[in-house]
Amino acid sequence: MSVAVQLGIIVGYLLLALAVGLVAYRLTDRTAEDFYLASRTLGTVVLLFTTFATLLSAFTFFAGPNIAYAQGPEWILVMGLMDGIIFAILWYVIGYKQWLLGRQYGYVTLGEMLGDRFGSKRLRGLIAGISLLYLFPYVMLQQVGAGTALEALTEGAIPYAAGAGLITAFMILYVVVAGMRGIAWTDTLQGAFMLVTTWVATIWVLAAVGGPGAATEAIASSEATSGFLSLGSAYYTPQWMLSTAITIGFGVAMFPQVNQRFFAAGSKTVLKRSFALWPILCVLLFVPSFMLGAWAAGLEVTVPEGGNVLPIVLAEYTPVWFAALVIAGAMAAMMSSSDSMLLSGSSYFTRDLCRPTLAFFGRALSERGEDLIARIGVVVFASAAFLASLWNPATLFELGDAAFSGFAQLALPVLVALYWRRTTRTGITAGILASQAFYLLSLFLSIVPSSYAGWTAGVVGMGVGLLVTVAVSLITTPAAAERRAIYFERLGAD
Amino acid sequence: MRRLQLLGWSAVGTVLCALAVPWFLWGDSTIVAGLPLWLWWHVGWMGLASVVFWTFAQRAWGIGIEPGHGDDSSDASGSETSGLERGDRSSRSAPGGDRP
Repeated sequence: MSVAVQLGIIVGYLLLALAVGLVAYRLTDRTAEDFYLASRTLGTVVLLFTTFATLLSAFTFFAGPNIAYAQGPEWILVMGLMDGIIFAILWYVIGYKQWLLGRQYGYVTLGEMLGDRFGSKRLRGLIAGISLLYLFPYVMLQQVGAGTALEALTEGAIPYAAGAGLITAFMILYVVVAGMRGIAWTDTLQGAFMLVTTWVATIWVLAAVGGPGAATEAIASSEATSGFLSLGSAYYTPQWMLSTAITIGFGVAMFPQVNQRFFAAGSKTVLKRSFALWPILCVLLFVPSFMLGAWAAGLEVTVPEGGNVLPIVLAEYTPVWFAALVIAGAMAAMMSSSDSMLLSGSSYFTRDLCRPTLAFFGRALSERGEDLIARIGVVVFASAAFLASLWNPATLFELGDAAFSGFAQLALPVLVALYWRRTTRTGITAGILASQAFYLLSLFLSIVPSSYAGWTAGVVGMGVGLLVTVAVSLITTPAAAERRAIYFERLGAD
Repeated sequence: MRRLQLLGWSAVGTVLCALAVPWFLWGDSTIVAGLPLWLWWHVGWMGLASVVFWTFAQRAWGIGIEPGHGDDSSDASGSETSGLERGDRSSRSAPGGDRP
């Protein structure tokens, strides 16, 4: 019964998404800018929810509550600080400036924006290369997750390879047809759906156990979890909480699918409203979903090794159809994150790597030609990630897992370039290379420590990137091709 | 004046970051209305952050980014559409393609 319900809901969702995609397709111009950025027209609700759903979907439902179940609900604070405040501030500091520059000069990717300012195709390629280095395994992890979930859901009737392949094929079809506009619309539906189901689930469980007072009392009186309610623990140290909030908050802003959304806002008002709503949205979603995880620990719900706590709590306290709805929604949400990543990955690949290479050989692309290549790029990127997911190599797994910190390494050199005229091409290139080298070495070589007095290598690497960018910029002179003024002149003024 | 305003808003941003986690309640496990006190603080703080962000968006948006912004609050609404909507459609070099 529950398998049929869950499959029915998933198939229903896929069909609905496809319908939305087709509507979006009919509104689409055949240009790359429309495909990637919906021609920079997204409104407040759509922009807010698409960014939100893209980012947090699977984590909110699975990994987040699992951590709260195992370690206590302090993750809410980390999430609130990173997404509600740090990211909101970056939304203005990086996002608004990028949006202005994007409108003025027609940029579609981060690499394009920096390559133009520093007169360097190599820098542009470097940014795209680093981004794809983390994005590719991250997409692969999503496929692994979706394939595994589908296998578990159908009790092995759909084997892993078939499940992951099916989802990949669907995503390719959907992204190629719908582009940014379709993705943003389904994300919006999904964001609203996640918010509503999370609250209904929380109220349902709380009603079953006698209210939040009783549920929290159960945490306090259970021996294993009595420490959960006091702020902080051996796991949640101040250094660790700050490191995590800082690296993920900055990493999010450099994640291609999020960074690219900075270019897609329809107007200044849209950016303003989304900016102010951000902290509220974080509280509304994270407090209930993470508290559910923590309450489950107090209620002594047992989770098998490798299992997720949220489905088990729902199965215990809510009817089958509702639990199925939430799980199917979560799986669909996982797919919706991947489709945005595919689109952005393809745009980095086509615009920052392919196009300059073609130009080098004296070939230019027409608008329609680029639109076509962009769609082919989606197919190549998704298929390659799917093939990699079939044997899931350990190195790729680790890279995907480290993606947020890896992207965070880009943030400070980019910020310096956006706000400091003296930044030179050599400076920013050195800063990016040094912090990436440091972080990757800390990941793969045991002689480079991954923790510094409780602070993670991700945060330390960000500091390295900042120092190297500034220091090298101070001792080098700008290259002749640099356009040092373009980030500062005529922005938003007549 | 603008520099002072920028410094002020930077300070506000720093405080918002610094106290999103109630460090002064470290180790505290007081429960209020079914939830830990530190969680209530966080919820309230995020609400406050939202109000502060809203105020910033109304009063000082553009500060530190748009040259000449913030001297006079009346030009904030003026530049909202004029500079962007008009300027960029005609003058930007558009590698990504023009609007229809």
